[in-house]
Amino acid sequence: MRPFKYSRAQNTGNAVQTVAANTNSKFLAGGTNILDLMKEDVERPDELVDVTRLNFSQVRTVEGGANKGGVSIGGLGRNTDTANHPLVRQNFPLLTQAILAGASQQIRNMATNGGNLNQRTRCSYFYDTAMPCNKREPGSGCGALEGINRMHALFGWSNDCVAVHPSDMCVALVALDAVVKVQGTDGKERSIPFADYHRLPGNTPQKDNILNQGELITAIEIPKNNFASKSYYLKVRDRASYAFALVSVAAALEIEGNAIKNVRVAMGGVSHKPWRAVEAEKFLTGKAATEANFKAAADAEMRNAKPLEHNKFKVELGRRAIVRALTQAMKGGTNA
Amino acid sequence: MAEIGKPINRIDGRLKVTGAAKYAAEFNQPQMAYAFPVRSTIANGTIRKLDTSQAQASPGVISILTHENAPRLKPFSREQLRTLGTNVGEDLVVLQDIRVHYFGQFIACVVAETYEQARHAANLVEAEYAEEKPKIDLSEELPNGLRPEKKAYGPEAQLNTGKAAEPLRAAPIKFEQIYKTSYETHNPMEPNGSVAWWDGADKLTIQESTQGVLTERAVIAYYFDLKPENVRVVSRFTGGGFGNKAFPWTSNVLAVMAAKVAKRPVKLVITRQMMQTNVGRRGETVQTVALGAEKNGRLTVMRHHNETYAKLTNFFEPSGETSEILYNTPLREITYKVAELNLGAPTYMRAPGESPGSFAAESAMDELAYELKIDPINLRVMNHTTVHPQKKLPFSSEYLKECYRTGAAKFGWARRKIEPRQVRNGRYLVGYGMAAATYPGERGTATVRIQMTADGGVKVLCATHDIGTGTYTILAQTAADALGVPIGKITVEIGDSNLPPAPLSSGARTAATVGPAVQAAGEALRRDLLHLTLAGKQSKLNGKKADEIDFSNAKFFVRSDASKTDSYIDIMRRNDRTMMESCMTTVPDAAKSPSESCLIAPTSREENKNEEKYAFHSFGAQFAEVWVDEDLGTIRVKRITSVQDVGRIMNEKTARSQIIGGVIFGIGSALMEESQFDKRWANPVTRTLADYHVPVNLDVTEIDVHFIGKPDPRISPIGARGVGEIGIVGISAAIANAVFNATGKRLRDLPFTPDKLI
Ligand SMILES: Cc1cc2nc3c(=O)[nH]c(=O)nc-3n(C[C@H](O)[C@H](O)[C@H](O)COP(=O)(O)OP(=O)(O)OC[C@H]3O[C@@H](n4cnc5c(N)ncnc54)[C@H](O)[C@@H]3O)c2cc1C
Ligand code: SF4
Repeated sequence: MRPFKYSRAQNTGNAVQTVAANTNSKFLAGGTNILDLMKEDVERPDELVDVTRLNFSQVRTVEGGANKGGVSIGGLGRNTDTANHPLVRQNFPLLTQAILAGASQQIRNMATNGGNLNQRTRCSYFYDTAMPCNKREPGSGCGALEGINRMHALFGWSNDCVAVHPSDMCVALVALDAVVKVQGTDGKERSIPFADYHRLPGNTPQKDNILNQGELITAIEIPKNNFASKSYYLKVRDRASYAFALVSVAAALEIEGNAIKNVRVAMGGVSHKPWRAVEAEKFLTGKAATEANFKAAADAEMRNAKPLEHNKFKVELGRRAIVRALTQAMKGGTNA
Repeated sequence: MAEIGKPINRIDGRLKVTGAAKYAAEFNQPQMAYAFPVRSTIANGTIRKLDTSQAQASPGVISILTHENAPRLKPFSREQLRTLGTNVGEDLVVLQDIRVHYFGQFIACVVAETYEQARHAANLVEAEYAEEKPKIDLSEELPNGLRPEKKAYGPEAQLNTGKAAEPLRAAPIKFEQIYKTSYETHNPMEPNGSVAWWDGADKLTIQESTQGVLTERAVIAYYFDLKPENVRVVSRFTGGGFGNKAFPWTSNVLAVMAAKVAKRPVKLVITRQMMQTNVGRRGETVQTVALGAEKNGRLTVMRHHNETYAKLTNFFEPSGETSEILYNTPLREITYKVAELNLGAPTYMRAPGESPGSFAAESAMDELAYELKIDPINLRVMNHTTVHPQKKLPFSSEYLKECYRTGAAKFGWARRKIEPRQVRNGRYLVGYGMAAATYPGERGTATVRIQMTADGGVKVLCATHDIGTGTYTILAQTAADALGVPIGKITVEIGDSNLPPAPLSSGARTAATVGPAVQAAGEALRRDLLHLTLAGKQSKLNGKKADEIDFSNAKFFVRSDASKTDSYIDIMRRNDRTMMESCMTTVPDAAKSPSESCLIAPTSREENKNEEKYAFHSFGAQFAEVWVDEDLGTIRVKRITSVQDVGRIMNEKTARSQIIGGVIFGIGSALMEESQFDKRWANPVTRTLADYHVPVNLDVTEIDVHFIGKPDPRISPIGARGVGEIGIVGISAAIANAVFNATGKRLRDLPFTPDKLI
């Protein structure tokens, strides 16, 4: 690990200013991702500003503004606490399920919500400094494009990068139309719709999201919705637990009469950003919640998939996962 | 025998759970420095230039070893190492030349004041290479493969080459399929690591994570040209060794080298990433199995072609092993073809050969059974052999049919439907499968010293190891019975090359090898005590005959009059002995007497592993129930029943744990374990435990273990064969067979990740 300076932020302004002033500095939250990357010499900050003592860890009801009546989760709240909070469990079981599908209990105890958004890809070429990787070293090439890309993207990739965002939590958040609250370097707060927060790689894969240097995630707001009784997070992986998704699907439905009034489908493990399955949603809205419609919706979404050499199976798997997640959501979101 | 067999807790369990059990890397030394290796970033070629200037200037750096300045070591020689009774993991002497054979090979090593400083400086070493295209695709290289005459440990590799073709043509029922198994990498919790320190120019101590203190001592003494007795290798606890700590690797040699150059104690622990490249793996295999049979299922011929890789070693995955042993057939052909790749050496990994080999062979038996509509157990029973098919010798003790019977009953095999896709549970398809297992009954030569002190305390001393298996505990149990002292009085001291010699702890041989020596030494000491009491003027037993005397609880007593007793402590006190000791060597019939030994225990040939008369093998039957989510391609193993015929059980609990561990290894092998290498650069993309998956709790459900428990009267007076390896054998086949029974889909390519099923 390279030598680096460590400091503990006393207040938000000071944290933001410090990191904004040094382009080679980073925030340290739970450390479950950044420290691993530093040990591997992938991330090379010369300064870490520990933000864990800042007071952004509460889960609370949003009192005013556009998301009034929704729930705000702190940017520095721990994944475990967030998943288990009654406000989250009652209103957004989809988020609880998604968080608990990720990592392990120990890691979730350390991991923060902001860190989860900003965790980096698990692409093995990204992690191995002996390998070319445009995300780690712009211009060096993409090792995975013609390498082992079984875990890589189906949607929105470019020749410069085919990596996926590894988070589970973010898949639920994008489905729930969350809003990322950010403390800007100008001292003002800004709000970023979740779907706009993470980027597609294009020719600048080194940037995972649209945050500017020094900007701090203070909270994530989830607007009120009527999905609580019909939502489900499905994660398909290479072992029963503690593995990143091959494909995951967050599904949520609101039914009125015999028709789907409102539906959300998002996917993990398929793109550089948590993937909102817009085509599937478009197809389903207003239709009956039948298996045939679920299949047609899945087809509509997966038609646009562009598989790589080793991840062709994820197209069919994705299709089936969408159908399964919607089916389980209709059954009340249990595993049965 | 009061203690042997009891399911007592590990005597070292408390030390382990409280952290008091110290592992190699925890033996910090005064003035200790840290070494961190630099790895090659190419897989084939030569080093043009190593620029260490930046690294040299980095804080805390003491020295940087490269091929240019590293101490010269004796060149590798398999012959010489063999005469010394040892071997190495890789035929590669570290930092002696510019050749790069595989990705991640150690090409330099930084020694610094702290671990972080060493690791950081290692990142600053710049290498320039003349790169050549690496060979990494097994199927591309196999046409240039060689057909080795012998397996690494001696026996002929090629059996009846070409002879199966004719009988296969003539067979009324023919079956042939190709099975593939993946690269697997040992990932014990504790990475390989050493703390080494020199005492002057010719004396050396190493705290090591190893399965073989004496094999390592021999290798280090050889490379550094030292007297073996001047090298001490200590390994009190080993945090799992599944073959990758059997023989020394370049990392072990590098630690010693670094300590020599730095003139300070040096700690070198390799990273998880290095575990994937520098300490061996199980080679990928391509196995073609052909069976010929009568319509009633009687086998007329078996053919098993095995293809795999080797590099920097004469070892290659011997995946034909189980096919040499199981089933009676007039002819069997078993062949090997081995290609060279730019990968580090393949090596022994839990049930080397048997694990991937039984996947192919036992899947094939299931396929044949289905084709013939015969119950798979019946097919196996029909083709059962009580004789070793090659050696034509009877097995020393063999209860395989009993394993089938017990397993079928415990598992509920009768409920199995012969046709697939018959059982559903909600969205899951449920299937049953089984497979047979076998593993050699190994036993070697060992010497054990036992000391009893005036307070009645007993020490058992031997240079064997506890690699997590329970050796400490079973040796204490054996000594307790042999001496007739309570187990609480016994301490076991092992894992030190200065102790009386024992072989490498591999091949599930430790219990079978060291157990008899402990028993012999314990009995010898008890006899000495008995002589003293029978001859003692003040003894209540004075004048009695030896056969009138019994013993228990550290006392002798007259069998017909239990009030006449004499305790071991009293005997020693009356005879002015502060310490009494015995030392015995046990040598199996076929082994040569060692040059250095204690008194060789006289054992009748009939119970001393007489390999002229008997073949020694363990057997087992594995049963699996799987639930398959066909839509998503996920397989869950719901339960396993494992029935094992492994001779006497030394401790129900530790033995069961060994089988459970083996079964879990098998589940990993079946469902998820696979090291993957990039076809262009031969680097592993499975670099850490986040990519190299081993089973987690949720992957492992109920594992029901049963032992036949019949001692093997021919292997040793104790009658134990090993339990360390056989648990894995047949598991992947049982799971594959269960998946077929559930879904009708036959998977022949390990591991069964979701992409293989959907
Ligand atoms: C073995 C393993 C398995 C895992 N499996 C999964 C899985 O299955 N699913 C899953 O979703 N995740 C998984 N994870 C990832 C885990 O969820 C993330 O590592 C974790 O969420 C990161 O949070 P942290 O607080 O530790 O972040 P840190 O490591 O502290 O920081 C990560 C990044 O976020 C930045 N950052 C942190 N907080 C803020 C903030 N408030 N504002 C702006 N920037 C910030 C940091 O500067 C850094 O760049 C796994 C991790 C490991 C190690
Ligand atoms: S996919 Fe992206 S992260 Fe992976 S090697 Fe290519 S550029 Fe790097």
